[in-house]
Amino acid sequence: MKTKQKIYVLSIILLILLFLYLALGLNPVIWRYALSLRIPKTIALLLVAASIAFSSAVFQTLTNNRILTPSVLGLDSLYMLIQSFIVFVFGSGTLARLGENFNFIVSVAFMVGFSLLLFRFLFKREERNIFFLLLVGLVMGTFFQSLSTFMQVLIDPNEFLVIQNRMFASFNNMNTDILWLALLISFLAVLFALKDLRTLDVLSLGRENAINLGVNYDYMVKKFLIIISILISVSTALVGPITFLGLLVVNLAREILKTYKHNYLITGAILIGSIALTFGQLMAERIMNFSTPISIIINFIGGLYFIYLLLKESKI
Amino acid sequence: MIEIKSVVKQYGRKRVLDNVSLNIEKGKITSFIGPNGAGKSTLLSIISRLIGKDGGEVYLEGQLVDRIDYNDFARRLSILRQTNHINVRLTVRELVSFGRFPYSEGKLKAEDLEHIEKALEYTQLQDEQHKYLDELSGGQRQRAFIAMVIAQDTDYILLDEPLNNLDVKHSVEIMKILRRLVRELGKTVVIVMHDINFASCYSDHIVAFNKGQIVKEGEVEEIIRKEVLEDVYDTNFVVQDIMNRRICFYY
Repeated sequence: MKTKQKIYVLSIILLILLFLYLALGLNPVIWRYALSLRIPKTIALLLVAASIAFSSAVFQTLTNNRILTPSVLGLDSLYMLIQSFIVFVFGSGTLARLGENFNFIVSVAFMVGFSLLLFRFLFKREERNIFFLLLVGLVMGTFFQSLSTFMQVLIDPNEFLVIQNRMFASFNNMNTDILWLALLISFLAVLFALKDLRTLDVLSLGRENAINLGVNYDYMVKKFLIIISILISVSTALVGPITFLGLLVVNLAREILKTYKHNYLITGAILIGSIALTFGQLMAERIMNFSTPISIIINFIGGLYFIYLLLKESKI
Repeated sequence: MIEIKSVVKQYGRKRVLDNVSLNIEKGKITSFIGPNGAGKSTLLSIISRLIGKDGGEVYLEGQLVDRIDYNDFARRLSILRQTNHINVRLTVRELVSFGRFPYSEGKLKAEDLEHIEKALEYTQLQDEQHKYLDELSGGQRQRAFIAMVIAQDTDYILLDEPLNNLDVKHSVEIMKILRRLVRELGKTVVIVMHDINFASCYSDHIVAFNKGQIVKEGEVEEIIRKEVLEDVYDTNFVVQDIMNRRICFYY
């Protein structure tokens, strides 16, 4: 099959799943109410899938590594730290009173601010490369995690439940107002990257070849890292930590499409991500009856696939 | 012409290049020789802007290289490093097509296709063009990378140890391709070389490096001499004329 045909097939699968998700169990009495819940969730699913797939694909190209996801930048851990900190200092009552909007804006602002600070600090000196960035991100992530754990063990167990709810990504209690804001920010971020998609093909040849072929390497890496951090921050603040999904979908896209061209690769990854999330949500709602958050299903499947990848890579 | 004026590069306290000045003439093959760590590859990387420098200037045809726009620079000067491990799986033709990126930005036009064909023909890779790079032998792979550089169609071509890990047959093939590029297309080629006899047989001009400085530069006859080489490499040399070529014996 040609790459384009594969993309069509994936699109059709996605459309069928979306139809199932929206239409299953509708009846003349509740359809209006049910759809008013399901449509925003669907939009959020697609937005998160697209953000995660796009940023993971770009991140793997920048780092020239197939088993990394942007979660090594430490943004997920920072999100948990912010949530823990608010509950720890002000109590869950304040968190509820301030509202989801406020929480969203604060979280996104802190996460993007943190990444910009990290990049600024790192790119000041020439000889520091992107792997140094990963190392610092990993260390900071672990640091944030320990801090959150520290706060979590000190607070009241009831308060902890509020935090625990946020540890797992969920599409079930999302605020529609935020959704539009998230959509707008992500859309602008991707728009900013769109004209450089072809440059990504060259970046995948590595730094030296990219410079030889006339790419302003440092500028491009910085630009894409900023876009990645915005996308990840927005989707994490919207539904919770879910970056692990990226590893799964980008590698599946590579396996299935077998192409180096990023316009296909990213489209494929976005489609696969959307399929995975829609399917996961269908499972979580219809089979598990809302008892299991979708991220547990995703992480379970993603984890298995990760082990498979490691085993496969070690053979070569 | 590439003019290098008192270029300095240091890592920490160690000076890898110490006030190096050099003119590289157009339309010739210039070889950089010298022991490991002498700064040859570093200078090549600085000329091609892969790494920054701590002092001095490099001019490409009178223009300061730091002021040249990235894309414009890639149309005038290309570099091929010695380690060319690529993480993505590409066919020969796909790799060669990347050489047209500075012109096409990824959308190949008729003119680009012409250059790609020509590059494949020059390196005799037409039959292998749809094979993946990991299916090729070392010599073929090196030729594929050279084809990419040829497709890039720059006046200046810089190569960092292109003969590394190649057997005699493939080394000769590659040097012949480079000679042809200079003779037929008027390219300027700069090569870092470890095999002195290859440098002696195929260069127009040789620059000998040691400890971050240029020891001596000149025509083949001026450099491939017992005193000069013994000074550069700190090893005993016997130099003889064999079939009108200067050949060194140092084993």
